[in-house]
Amino acid sequence: MARSTAESRRKARIKAGFSIYYVIFFIFVYGPMFAMFTLSFQGPRGGVTFPMRGFSFYWWEKLTGPSAVGDLKASLVRSLILAVIVMIITALFSTMLAMAFRKRFRGSGALFYAVMAGLMVPGTLLSLGLATMLRQVGIPPNWWSSGLAVHVVWTLPFGFLVMMAVFNRFDARLEEAARDMGADEWTVFKEITLPLILPGIVAAGLFGFTLSYDEFARTTLLSGAQNTLPLDINASLTQRVQPTLFALGTASTIFSLLMIGMFIVIYTILYRRSH
Amino acid sequence: MTTIESYAKLTDAAAPRGLIGSAPPVATGAEAKRKYRREPGFPVAILIAPATLWLVVFLLLPLISIFIFSFWKSTGHGMTPAFTIENYRAFFVTDGFFDPAKSDFLTPSVFIRTLWLTFRFTITTMAICLILAYPMAYFLSMQVQDFKWQLALFLLVMVPFWTSYLIRAVAWLPMLGRQGLINEFLVGIGAIDEPLSFFLYSEFSYTMALVQLYVVLAVGPIFFSLAKIDRTLLEAARDMGATPFQIFREIIAPLSLPGVAIGMIFIFVAVMGEFATAVVVYGGKASTTGTVILTYYVTGNYPFAAVNAFMLMVAMMMGVVIILRLVDIRKEL
Repeated sequence: MARSTAESRRKARIKAGFSIYYVIFFIFVYGPMFAMFTLSFQGPRGGVTFPMRGFSFYWWEKLTGPSAVGDLKASLVRSLILAVIVMIITALFSTMLAMAFRKRFRGSGALFYAVMAGLMVPGTLLSLGLATMLRQVGIPPNWWSSGLAVHVVWTLPFGFLVMMAVFNRFDARLEEAARDMGADEWTVFKEITLPLILPGIVAAGLFGFTLSYDEFARTTLLSGAQNTLPLDINASLTQRVQPTLFALGTASTIFSLLMIGMFIVIYTILYRRSH
Repeated sequence: MTTIESYAKLTDAAAPRGLIGSAPPVATGAEAKRKYRREPGFPVAILIAPATLWLVVFLLLPLISIFIFSFWKSTGHGMTPAFTIENYRAFFVTDGFFDPAKSDFLTPSVFIRTLWLTFRFTITTMAICLILAYPMAYFLSMQVQDFKWQLALFLLVMVPFWTSYLIRAVAWLPMLGRQGLINEFLVGIGAIDEPLSFFLYSEFSYTMALVQLYVVLAVGPIFFSLAKIDRTLLEAARDMGATPFQIFREIIAPLSLPGVAIGMIFIFVAVMGEFATAVVVYGGKASTTGTVILTYYVTGNYPFAAVNAFMLMVAMMMGVVIILRLVDIRKEL
């Protein structure tokens, strides 16, 4: 008995050690963001480092006014539209691909690696390749055309992996039963398959939306004349960095967190309903 | 054929399986043939056509064109089709490389050195990320027993992955510098007497920022492979008197290797192609191959940008192949 309490005390100590490690890790990952958040409330005379010189909403107000970088509101709208389109295409393509991968077909290995390549090829290379290609052909790049193209290449593998995992745990007998009762393919999909995989589609969409909304490297050379929000943030870095940038960063991060939270809530509701 | 016989045939063990999950059994026999003229489900060709086309045009073609353009001739503000290896020569060797009288005799070109520097930063980042991420993944998968807590703590660590990494790089600005938070903190606790200058625009700060930005890419895959380990294996080993260290070395470590490899590949390709953090945190003081590529693109020397990009691609492929040689990740996919 004495031995087992010594053993459990040792286990408790290990667990406590790991918990402390978790907290340190948490501070490391989130610390800089908290510093940025705090400094966005810098007084009007304050700079981009501590100490705080007073507390004000000065830099947040500057954010909504006309800025040196460009029209932030317009680029935010562009980023949002792009993110929604990417979300829809990612959800659609990854569902279709994963459905195809439930069967054997020629070239499935090659296609699998092609999808995964989108995750592996750095944005710099993709951006450079497509930009020079378009330049040579004489097609001007635009955020809604070439920008959209590379965003989907980047988000598709994430959505695809999510949908693969969904179909991995999918009971095909349900569809089989419906077919036996004479349902055609569309009815089977609409009535059986879709309701069951809907939470997965939402998760795939989350990857599409957030990864596109934040994407910077892939859009650098491909957004054309009009900037998306990450590009505007990058542009403001080339000028003298002011706390406005921190306000912008904080606002954008809070928005991202809200979106993630919303997706998780929708996912949970759909998941509960489908099970 | 009776119903039972045909059912037995339908659920035959030899029924074809898809790449994932179990494909519905293919019906045989005359009556079944009438019912399914083809495999059930939508036709594969229609399902894969849009994505395949998209990937060919927007992924494959751009990569091939990088290779092709790397042989073209730069005209100052554009390029013309040609087949010259001049761009590659300029990438590899300096002017006086073969001339013993020159000062740069046998010195590798600045582009080779940049690629090497990029590689060094990447390897350092990978090593530190692994050291930080493994205990984190281990804690979440092995020590946290309650599923809800596990999920919550895991999501909390992973959330930064879904936020802008550019903004997270910007967030490093108040931390670094002579008046940065790190210096203030170290002076505050009395660890150092006066602020150190190596916390801004230095290799140290750049590496630290890279680790902070990319460490979650390693936590995810390692967590998943650890969580998949069959707990009865550990139980059995414990019953046979294995020490915790033995259990780790013989069971946990080998079984988590695929996750480690996937995480390391993620970080490897991300940091090799990295350029924004270098600008923000490193102050553009030193170049990475990523920044070199952009610089040559902006100045209009597309073929030379393509050469750098192609060499980066080669270096990355070599790295990924080496990792895949060391660890078999197919089980994980």
